[in-house]
Amino acid sequence: MLWESIIIALEGLKANKMRSILTMLGIIIGVGAVIAMVSIGMGVQNKIQDSIAGLGSNLLIITPGATSPSGVRLAAGSSTTLTNKDAQAIGRQIEGVSAVAPSVSKQYQLVYGNKNWMTTVQGTTPEFVSVRNFNVELGRFFSNQEVDTRMRVAVLGKTTADNLFGTIYPVGQTVRINSAPFVVVGVFEGKGQSAGGMDQDDVVVIPLTTAQERMMGISYIQTISVQAVSPESINQAQEDITSLLRSRHKLAKDMPDDFTVRNLAAVMATAEETTKTITLLLGNIAAISLLVGGIGIMNIMLVSVTERTREIGIRKALGATYRNILLQFLIEAIVIGVTGGLIGIGLGISAAYAISAIAGWNTAISSGSILMAFGFSVAIGLFFGIYPARKAALLDPIDALRYE
Amino acid sequence: MSIVLSNIKKIYQMGDTQVAALAGITLEISAGEFTAIMGPSGSGKSTLMNILGCLDRPTSGSYMLDGEEVATLKDDELAVTRNKKIGFVFQNFNLLPRMSAQQNVALPLVYAGVVKQERDSMAAAALSMVGLADRMHHRPNELSGGQRQRVAIARALVNNPSIIMADEPTGNLDSKSGNEIMEIFMKLNKEGRTIVLVTHEIEIAQFTRRIISFRDGLIISDEALLKV
Ligand SMILES: Nc1ncnc2c1ncn2[C@@H]1O[C@H](COP(=O)(O)OP(=O)(O)O)[C@@H](O)[C@H]1O
Ligand SMILES: [Mg+2]
Repeated sequence: MLWESIIIALEGLKANKMRSILTMLGIIIGVGAVIAMVSIGMGVQNKIQDSIAGLGSNLLIITPGATSPSGVRLAAGSSTTLTNKDAQAIGRQIEGVSAVAPSVSKQYQLVYGNKNWMTTVQGTTPEFVSVRNFNVELGRFFSNQEVDTRMRVAVLGKTTADNLFGTIYPVGQTVRINSAPFVVVGVFEGKGQSAGGMDQDDVVVIPLTTAQERMMGISYIQTISVQAVSPESINQAQEDITSLLRSRHKLAKDMPDDFTVRNLAAVMATAEETTKTITLLLGNIAAISLLVGGIGIMNIMLVSVTERTREIGIRKALGATYRNILLQFLIEAIVIGVTGGLIGIGLGISAAYAISAIAGWNTAISSGSILMAFGFSVAIGLFFGIYPARKAALLDPIDALRYE
Repeated sequence: MSIVLSNIKKIYQMGDTQVAALAGITLEISAGEFTAIMGPSGSGKSTLMNILGCLDRPTSGSYMLDGEEVATLKDDELAVTRNKKIGFVFQNFNLLPRMSAQQNVALPLVYAGVVKQERDSMAAAALSMVGLADRMHHRPNELSGGQRQRVAIARALVNNPSIIMADEPTGNLDSKSGNEIMEIFMKLNKEGRTIVLVTHEIEIAQFTRRIISFRDGLIISDEALLKV
């Protein structure tokens, strides 16, 4: 009986194609919008989460130069206030800090055989690996001793290694960085893009001292990356580092910081919070269109009950009970909801793919949002179908048969 | 006794006046009878048919159908009774336009809970009984008026009901088709089915074996016809 009712409902919808499609349109658009919107929102959220994980956990980044009240860094990069000694002091004196990696960086040309590759050369210490969440895939990272002795050794990012070496095993080979020969001791595992869309694998890492003294001819530090032991200790560490560096730099009370300590995870978390809100907002707007779709179903079902009053009368005369008629119309409403919902899911998924293909945004189609949208469309069919179905089922058979 | 009515009244309240569509009907119809109800328009024939067919309840009185009191049944109990015991034939056929003849005939069986395969064969059998074996898959709009009414008769008898009710079954048909329909009713009656039909044409009533005449909601005559 139930299965037959579903088939009868489907045939009814097929017999009146145009009207069925128009009725479903509200649900189709509503469900499609929910899925597309939520996918985009989730995509952005995922990307931010990945970036946070990729950055390294509990990370503080210290750069020279002050931050203006509006948050814009002044004279970024040109300041020379940070030194390797500052980094060492942080490592020694600040509690709740597990690793400190000072670094400098500059763009250089790499040459291997007949291949050229322009990339960022980072000079840093071994703690860089844990602070920035890099994994060494081939070979090894360089040691503190190699830093102390200003060795010409290099660890390549995946992109750099692929472009220079192709299928050749890079470890043990010699590359020229700015025409100085370096021995490749390791290659990082690929990390992919950063939140800003930068390729994090397009990099070469060499000992800090080698970079400072042999390549760049500087004695200051451009960035100090600090890893706190836990998320709870990160704020305290940020404060302690600020006061330590202020005293080390002998800044008077009324003078602004000549460095900036940034908690990137916190920045990202704020961004994530924002995208969550936006996702919710988009989802809600889409949900409203679902509701409107539901009202459309009710409208058409009421028309359908009126149009088919005679049919209802005939069915009742032949022995259909209240339940039989109620079920018939309820199933029709649910079939409209479900069919519209399924089409909407297809549409939403295609839209999400299209958007990610065209606009290059990340989208994440979650089974949760699909299930939710589907459940919603069933529920809406049910909810908005009950009133018309009851109206049909309560018709008096004699009145219904007499209806012209 | 298939049908026993005692003092059936049906009163309609129209504003502050009461209209007695049936003013007290007492009547017995035995199994196997072939009865015509005649009378002028507005005399209460359809009202009686609706009550006999369990589509409606009397305001008062008792209606025993196959030994069961049905005057006081609830809506859904009436629906089940209609489904099991009554076959309807209407003046305007009342077929569902989007369904084939076979599907139309099978409809009462859907509500009786008969499985599809059995429904189809029972519907086919009923259709061949009214001479439409070759029109099973036609829709109503592909059939003539007489054929449509024959589909309706097939639908009325598919569930093997105690009584077949027909309210002016030939009213919308030309006399030739009307006579064909009456031939079918006669044949069904010969097979032992109880048939009650309403008509205001004496030629149609002549096919039956008992004529009950109505006026103003009361029976004014009830006579058996002698068959030649
Ligand atoms: N639903 C109703 N409401 C009020 N009056 C009705 C209703 N149905 C029938 N009647 C009245 O009852 C009387 C009998 O009607 P009906 O049984 O249809 O007559 P017939 O079928 O013999 O022409 C008529 O006077 C009619 O107006
Ligand atoms: Mg009438």
